[in-house]
Amino acid sequence: MTKALGNFSAEERAAQEERLRKVWKTPGGWRYWTSVNNSEIGLWYGVAAFGFMLFAGVLALLMRLQLAVPDNDLFSVEFFNQAFTLHGTVMMFLFAVPIFEAIAIYLLPSLLGARELPFPRLSAFGFWSFLLGGIFVCGSIFFNSAPNAGWFMYPPLATKEEYSGIGADIWLLGLSFIEVASIAAAVEIIVGIMKCRAPGMRINMMPMFAWYLLIVAGMILFAFPPLIAGDLLFEMERMFHWPFFDSERGGDPLLWQHLFWIFGHPEVYIIFLPAIALMAMIVPTFAQRPIVGYSWIVLAAVGTGFLSFGLWVHHMFATGLPQISLAFFSAASEAVVIPTGVQIFVFIATMLAGRVIFSVPMLFGAGGLVIFVIGGLTGVMVALAPFDWQAHDTYFVVAHLHYVLIGGMLFPVVAGIYYYFPFVTGWRLSDAWGKVAFWLMFTGFNIAFFPMHFSGLRGMPRRVFTYPEDIGWDWFNLISTIGAFIFASGVLTVVADMFRPKVKLDTLNPWKAGTLEWTNNPDENWGMRSVPIITSRYPLWDQPNLQRDIEEARYYLPDAKSGRRETLVTSVLDAEPIQCLRVGGTSYVTIVAAMSLGGVFIALTFHWWLITAICGVITLGAILYWLWTGTAEIPEAPEMDVGMGESLPIYVSGPPSVGWWAMFITMVGDGTAFASLVFGYFFYWTIHGDFTNGIEGPGVLWPVIAINLFVLSWLLMLRARHLNRAGRLDEARVALVGATFIALGGSAAGLAGPYVHGMDPTAHVYPAIVWIIAIWTVVHAAAGCIMQLYCLARSLAGRMTARYDQDIINVTLYWHFLTVTAVVAFGIIGLFPVVR
Amino acid sequence: MKRLLPKEVETLWTLFTAPTVWAFHFIVCYVVVAIYCEKALVWSIDFNAIRIGLGIFTLMALAMILLSAYLAWRQWGFGSGDPPHSQATDQDRRLFQGFATLLLSGLSFVAVVYVAIPLIFIAGCQI
Repeated sequence: MTKALGNFSAEERAAQEERLRKVWKTPGGWRYWTSVNNSEIGLWYGVAAFGFMLFAGVLALLMRLQLAVPDNDLFSVEFFNQAFTLHGTVMMFLFAVPIFEAIAIYLLPSLLGARELPFPRLSAFGFWSFLLGGIFVCGSIFFNSAPNAGWFMYPPLATKEEYSGIGADIWLLGLSFIEVASIAAAVEIIVGIMKCRAPGMRINMMPMFAWYLLIVAGMILFAFPPLIAGDLLFEMERMFHWPFFDSERGGDPLLWQHLFWIFGHPEVYIIFLPAIALMAMIVPTFAQRPIVGYSWIVLAAVGTGFLSFGLWVHHMFATGLPQISLAFFSAASEAVVIPTGVQIFVFIATMLAGRVIFSVPMLFGAGGLVIFVIGGLTGVMVALAPFDWQAHDTYFVVAHLHYVLIGGMLFPVVAGIYYYFPFVTGWRLSDAWGKVAFWLMFTGFNIAFFPMHFSGLRGMPRRVFTYPEDIGWDWFNLISTIGAFIFASGVLTVVADMFRPKVKLDTLNPWKAGTLEWTNNPDENWGMRSVPIITSRYPLWDQPNLQRDIEEARYYLPDAKSGRRETLVTSVLDAEPIQCLRVGGTSYVTIVAAMSLGGVFIALTFHWWLITAICGVITLGAILYWLWTGTAEIPEAPEMDVGMGESLPIYVSGPPSVGWWAMFITMVGDGTAFASLVFGYFFYWTIHGDFTNGIEGPGVLWPVIAINLFVLSWLLMLRARHLNRAGRLDEARVALVGATFIALGGSAAGLAGPYVHGMDPTAHVYPAIVWIIAIWTVVHAAAGCIMQLYCLARSLAGRMTARYDQDIINVTLYWHFLTVTAVVAFGIIGLFPVVR
Repeated sequence: MKRLLPKEVETLWTLFTAPTVWAFHFIVCYVVVAIYCEKALVWSIDFNAIRIGLGIFTLMALAMILLSAYLAWRQWGFGSGDPPHSQATDQDRRLFQGFATLLLSGLSFVAVVYVAIPLIFIAGCQI
């Protein structure tokens, strides 16, 4: 790729910069909060997640105070239950996962050489959803109504209202809402990494951070939906008494454990891999050499990502499953050690091969690694079923999981904070304070958590609120409490260091790092001044004059003449420029959509049906307005000059476009949630002799009619797309309307099966699971019909034409997935009872 | 031989072939055994039949992984160049893909063997 670099005079550049500044300007005053720029959203996201972490940390300190001495009555049992439930929940859902979404949103555009991720408004929507859901969940403890059944919410404790109160609903609905934000972030991250890299940044040259985040975002797509499906079943049981987990009416609490841990174990790696990704950025910088074994890191990231899905039952070793089943999961749990070990050896090899500068980020990184390795070794122990039976639900497990998570995640995050603070703010944190903080945290951590191995082996169960003095747990607990406070003082030191006044750095790259993000000026909002051509994994080390050429606007997108926010889209493998993408700017609509969707979930918690409906309508309206005004806009010209003598199309539809990918990725996640419900259906069939319990099913007739109508509707949708592309717009519109009506008919037929056979979902789990699968499908069909009518309106308004057909292409993609869902759903509920 | 093997394809997804085989093998082992152990009394199938069936399936999975490894080895130019494959060329990108895929095939092979080991040592459901 030898392209002519641009050459602009100082005056031209000043004019360009003026235009760029105007386009990427963050609004002032209270409108600041309507910003969607990745640097604001990422920062807010990170600060909010860090704030939630401090809150959950305080809860942990309160718990340690209660446990410091035997027979303590400092707090009530109920408060203690709420505190440990909220501590685990907040740390996992409101800190560990979101902090990486924050870092990814903040960092990725600069790291990849993009101006912005492809869907900035989606990021903003995700952030506001996260913030609202987080405040809702955390705030509940001030009203003595926080969830109290432990962070994994096992039924029947958590399904029975007399034991768990409204807290369980707050957990289920608040977190379901936050999961929406996580999936939104996953879409943004995957499409961003695959399609928005700087020209020339082939996949063999992607920064390690991007590789890890790509894998993690893919894992989110397969891990979070089973939990969403589980939440749905759980909430149906709590709200309407559908007996999914009630063993008296054919349900089974173990199904929840399966669905929760299919999410819960990959979650550990969803947390751990991005932390390792930070280390993979930090270690080469301070070893002053490229990472050793780039391909091995890819092996480790992909391998861990896959294997982590084969571990979930190791949380269920004590539930009485067949030992041969346990053995499969035990084996996979041991296998995952291999890729995990590879990444650690890669770091060690890089340090050995380079000349290491022992800075504060390295200190936190290395300290974290030591802690993590200890946690990994106890992990190998508890992955063996016989040992696990001894240690299950004791403080040994508490020690193990904190070693893994704090060593594998918190320490690397603090390393990342020290490393990236200059990148974000232009200031540098103090080395002296950092060292003090490190030693307080490192020693405090070990003093707090190492004794828990022993209290656990002496039989102390997790989650007890107190204990008698004569059984040998008292000294261990007192030491743990002291350690916890030392650890907390270290965290406070980090916080104090952040707020301490500092002197602005006079360099953009204080660590002399080699990766692209360090070319960005934190005082400017545009990210890259011009989007460079990349020819190395460490461009700042290997590409001479890169910084100067970027700043002198000699590369792509040096200007913003259109007055729009623009970024480059490139091809997946070789990063060849294929599109100049216009991304959404500052807007209220994201806040309105997030707040009203939050309203839906919060109102549901309190069974305020009318408010739920009103908020639902507002959400739908906001999203439609957002799509109508902000997406698939027909450009004023088909192509535009992107600099370096090249012109690129502005509007692209189908698989090369980012919107198509977003739909595809979202639907993969959606399909996983549906598959989890189907798993539930067959789970009940497996565990019962006759899973219908003699109850009449939906019959064959109605489900078969439903299948036929959905397939017909899909064929008409394909026809509509074809006609639209052929320019026969009127016929396309007729086909769209026809497809909508037939889909509505299919939905009615789908519901008619269980309805006409009088299936009562509260009577037994069989009718309940049939209804939920049918309702799931019909709700998706309803969404599909809204999309078709949206296409119709776009077509009538002249916003969708034969050439500019993104809307209908993406909706057709949705219909592929919907049709598969409908055929599987009605095929199973209609035909399986007959053929079994 | 050449005709039997698929042509070299230019896509990111081949990277995931071997781990996907592992995942499929894992799920099949888990599901078959889970169903069998609940339904053993109803269906009167001997556990050895399950073992042998899953054993054959394991060999098929391993064969698939070996095929993926061979294709990866071919993409890697049969080891003609050494890593790091960090040049800004299509050729290096292809070699990198081949090498990473080969490594993943190795890991997946070992992981499939791990998961199959219980079938050798455990002779029943042992509920």
